Amino acid sequence: MQTLQQTPLHDRHVALGARMVPFAGWEMPVQYEGVIPEHLAVRRDCGVFDVSHMGELEVEGPRAREFLQGLLSNDLGRIEPGKAQYTLLTNERGGIVDDLIVYELDAFRFLLIVNASNRELDYLWLKEREVRGSDVRDVSDEYALLAVQGPRTSERLGLEPAPPFTFAEGKLGGVECMVARTGYTGEEGVELLVMAEDAPALWDEVLRRRATPCGLGARDTLRLEVCYPLHGNDITPDTDAISAGLGWVCALEKDFTGAEELRDVKEQGPAERLSAFVMQDRAVPRQGMPIREGGAVTSGTHSPLLERGIGLGYVPSELAQPGSEITIDVRGKERKAEIVEKPIYNRSGA
Amino acid sequence: MAAENYPDDLSYHPEHDWARVDGESATLGITWYAQDALGELVHYEPPTEGTRIEKDKTYGEVESVKAVSDVIAPLSGQIVEVNQKVVDAPETVNEDPYGEGWLIRIELTDRAEVDELLDADAYRQLVAEQ
Repeated sequence: MQTLQQTPLHDRHVALGARMVPFAGWEMPVQYEGVIPEHLAVRRDCGVFDVSHMGELEVEGPRAREFLQGLLSNDLGRIEPGKAQYTLLTNERGGIVDDLIVYELDAFRFLLIVNASNRELDYLWLKEREVRGSDVRDVSDEYALLAVQGPRTSERLGLEPAPPFTFAEGKLGGVECMVARTGYTGEEGVELLVMAEDAPALWDEVLRRRATPCGLGARDTLRLEVCYPLHGNDITPDTDAISAGLGWVCALEKDFTGAEELRDVKEQGPAERLSAFVMQDRAVPRQGMPIREGGAVTSGTHSPLLERGIGLGYVPSELAQPGSEITIDVRGKERKAEIVEKPIYNRSGA
Repeated sequence: MAAENYPDDLSYHPEHDWARVDGESATLGITWYAQDALGELVHYEPPTEGTRIEKDKTYGEVESVKAVSDVIAPLSGQIVEVNQKVVDAPETVNEDPYGEGWLIRIELTDRAEVDELLDADAYRQLVAEQ
């Protein structure tokens, strides 16, 4: 049996009474008090997640930008040092190897924060395609990552407001960290990248400032309410970015792996589209449940805000519009759902 | 959320279900241990009133944000009532698993089955070993 990796905050989670579960090779907290109170803490106040399982890859060198421009779907030309961008690593078929955030540290140095389950694959993908003048390193073990999310984040952490997808050096309770205005909850918030050995002190400081510790359970319900796709569920190497509704992060005018195939899909129109739905009948949709009209649920849960089942799934394009009714096979029972506009939940003013 | 407890006046099934037997009828539900393992319940898929359930077989489903679980019948019988309060507010089970959070009431078909269930001490022992 493979031993599970532990984050530098493992002892903190156990001391808080977290329920620990295996996730992508890591032993991670799925909940402390409960998924629903943690979810609501992030929507209404401020919550903190240990997301140190995520991978960090650094790409450095005079040709780093050119190298990444050819592999990532979004246009790096739109960012500059101090800015970050949501982007995709695509394969030759236009499928999604991973989704990630790229941070431009300086003109010759980029940081990629990638999904835990894809860390090694992404590293190899980049390494195999490496060019002279661009060096790829997996620096995941050096760092821990805390996501502090919710409308009261800036107030609690004493941060000045800053635009989304920017980052800067910062200090919290004497601990130096990179403060990035990014997240996976749809709320205002930051992600704090910190040296692994400093992580416990930073965690303690964030808790002292009354952030609610939140587990992966709430992370999933939060991201699903705002329809952020989860790699491995909603997007995979076999699903293309256009069908997944991620055309907005594909700069189809530039050349990158799979761009030609994606242009074709866009021109012909995808057969299926990743759509959001809300259950009309009482039921909780789950990944893999068939949709009678075609396609399947790729993610499903109970929305703590709507108090209804919600989900994402690929449905035939002609059905992929708000108001369409679909039928989900919930363990042999037919349950009605309605396709809705994405995101399912939109924070006021956003 | 209720505190962990296993009342002495109930009979228990090892699949973490309880029965409160009263003459020829019984009230059924899931134990504190079962609701704690699942977390906050968000859905109860009840059986139909009037149908029969069979001991050791599934008669319904309870679901939390993260997982769904079959509910196992501790006894056989005919369903005379489904707790609509739990259908409407499944978290009632977390708050009061042996009271307001009961799931169904049945008329027993074989009262002798009650003797096969665990008493509270035996069930506490089983939970302690999990």
